[in-house]
Amino acid sequence: MTTQVVDGSAAGAPARGRARRPKGGRGGGSVLARHWYAWAMCAPVVIVTLVLVGYPLVRGVYLSLTDATEANMGRTIGMNVIPSTYEFVGLSNYTAIVTSAEFLSRLGWTVVWTVVCVALHYGIGLGLALMLNRPLRFRSAYRLMLVLPWAVPAFVSAFIWRYLLNGEYGVVNAMLRAVGLPGVSWLDDPLWAKVSVITVNVWLGVPFMMLAILGGLQAIPREQYEAAEVDGATPWDKFRHITLPGLRPVASTVILLGTIWTFNQFPVIYLVTRGGPGGSSEILVTYAYRQAFEGIRNYSGSAAWGVLILALLVILAVGYRRALRRQGEAW
Amino acid sequence: MVSDVAAPPVKGRGTRGPGGSIALHGALIVASLVAVFPVAWLILTSLKPRDAWQSSTVTLFDSPTLANYVQVLGETGFPRWLANSLIVAALTTVIGVVMSASTGYAVSRMRFPGFRSVMWMLLITQMFPVAILIVPIYNLLAGLGLINQFPGLVIAYLTSTVPFCAWMMKGYFDTIPTEIDEAGRVDGLTHFGTFWRLILPLSKPGLAVAGFYSFITAWAEVAYATAFMTGDDKYTLAVGLGQFVGQHKAEWGLLTASSVLIAVPAAVVFLLVQRHLVTGLTAGATKS
Repeated sequence: MTTQVVDGSAAGAPARGRARRPKGGRGGGSVLARHWYAWAMCAPVVIVTLVLVGYPLVRGVYLSLTDATEANMGRTIGMNVIPSTYEFVGLSNYTAIVTSAEFLSRLGWTVVWTVVCVALHYGIGLGLALMLNRPLRFRSAYRLMLVLPWAVPAFVSAFIWRYLLNGEYGVVNAMLRAVGLPGVSWLDDPLWAKVSVITVNVWLGVPFMMLAILGGLQAIPREQYEAAEVDGATPWDKFRHITLPGLRPVASTVILLGTIWTFNQFPVIYLVTRGGPGGSSEILVTYAYRQAFEGIRNYSGSAAWGVLILALLVILAVGYRRALRRQGEAW
Repeated sequence: MVSDVAAPPVKGRGTRGPGGSIALHGALIVASLVAVFPVAWLILTSLKPRDAWQSSTVTLFDSPTLANYVQVLGETGFPRWLANSLIVAALTTVIGVVMSASTGYAVSRMRFPGFRSVMWMLLITQMFPVAILIVPIYNLLAGLGLINQFPGLVIAYLTSTVPFCAWMMKGYFDTIPTEIDEAGRVDGLTHFGTFWRLILPLSKPGLAVAGFYSFITAWAEVAYATAFMTGDDKYTLAVGLGQFVGQHKAEWGLLTASSVLIAVPAAVVFLLVQRHLVTGLTAGATKS
């Protein structure tokens, strides 16, 4: 009974700042004796994470400061061990990336991609959730159909869409032609390729948002709406002043998750357009991947891109944690 | 058809007239069609003859046949890739869930030095882009001789599933009243005994969701599998399927048939657990 166990209220949300510092110095006993249980239970994950994420991360940061490529990386061919000949080059990978036109255009497109996708995910998800939250016939049938895109593995969906959007044989163009419009080369035109990948990702991502928001809507106490009706509030007033604030806790979580997922969304871009045409639909993650595994493998350049991507996401996470704290999440 | 995914949000609540009902059902029907159509088209295409996808006239259904399925199952690497995917996904799931459950319990119930660091670690590792880890992990695995080996791929997947599952399990354990733990300890159980005998059996839905998440992640992952699995006999489904529509050929008939074979079991299981999945993901936020 030595490890301090959280009582009921601290396990819940409104324990602002409670866990800031673990309470030390209560009674005697060494820190080790008091906490070894908790540490032992965390140990497997912490060790695995340190070895498999921490070590690669440190090594990735190190590689990003060198000029390592496939050509000068040490390797073993049969019995011959070829030593590494890459050198430490300081920040030159970073300066090369940050000053390149490629970085700005990739970053710009990644930001547009993330913002547009998450906004559409949330907007459409909210709209559908509001509709499904009403008394309605066939509600569970609609719900089931609307969740379907999430149920299909993402890589399968990516292949489906590549076929649907095929310029010659795709059904989308066939429909356009059927109503007398010219077909669009969805995947072969830089602008349309971007529209296509956003469409595919929105199609994939809306169900999760819809279900999460639906859960949030059902958690809003009904009395609030009744009270507002007594006060003569219009539907818009109720939406604006009850629904949206009531959704905030759920919204902050799903928007953060959605942003991270979209920012790192690999399969959609990689499988639908392969980053093309001419690299125009490549986001930061797929670009860095291509650096590392296609052509002469540019390990250092890819690592530097990776570090930059991670830095952007960490900034996002810090902002998110601030937001959580304001709402009273303890840690 | 494609770009009008957006259905107009309908605001407010209360009673509605017949016009409102029509608009509501209309919007939901359009949205449902958009959601279902690609999957339905996939199934229809897979049932057409092998070269029917190249017809420029769109027919809903003509001369249905199972030829694509027969060929996929009999004459391609599909059965092999399926077995590979199952092995990798099963290992990832079992190892990942066992490790993440105990950590999830510790961070849910105990406050200890390093607690905040563990929480941070769990959050930050979830957002690691594949690009920064893939080369170092590749080199690490190459050093261990694990490239093109299943354990190597499982290790790579654990880096992304374990932190996320631990996070989810914490959210789930938070919803179990701490009185149960206290009762267990009054009866003389150790911390681990409480966890193992009382909390875990109560957490089967949470464990199922974490397991499902791990399974699906491993089942559908593309980047690591493409980079690490170099031999045809070690491909997972996500890599193998790409072979049907590579640079020089496009066998959409075979691709659609195998997609159906992959998606149907995944979708059935998914639809069974999806309610829990959302609860698990947003548990930390909704319980306020």
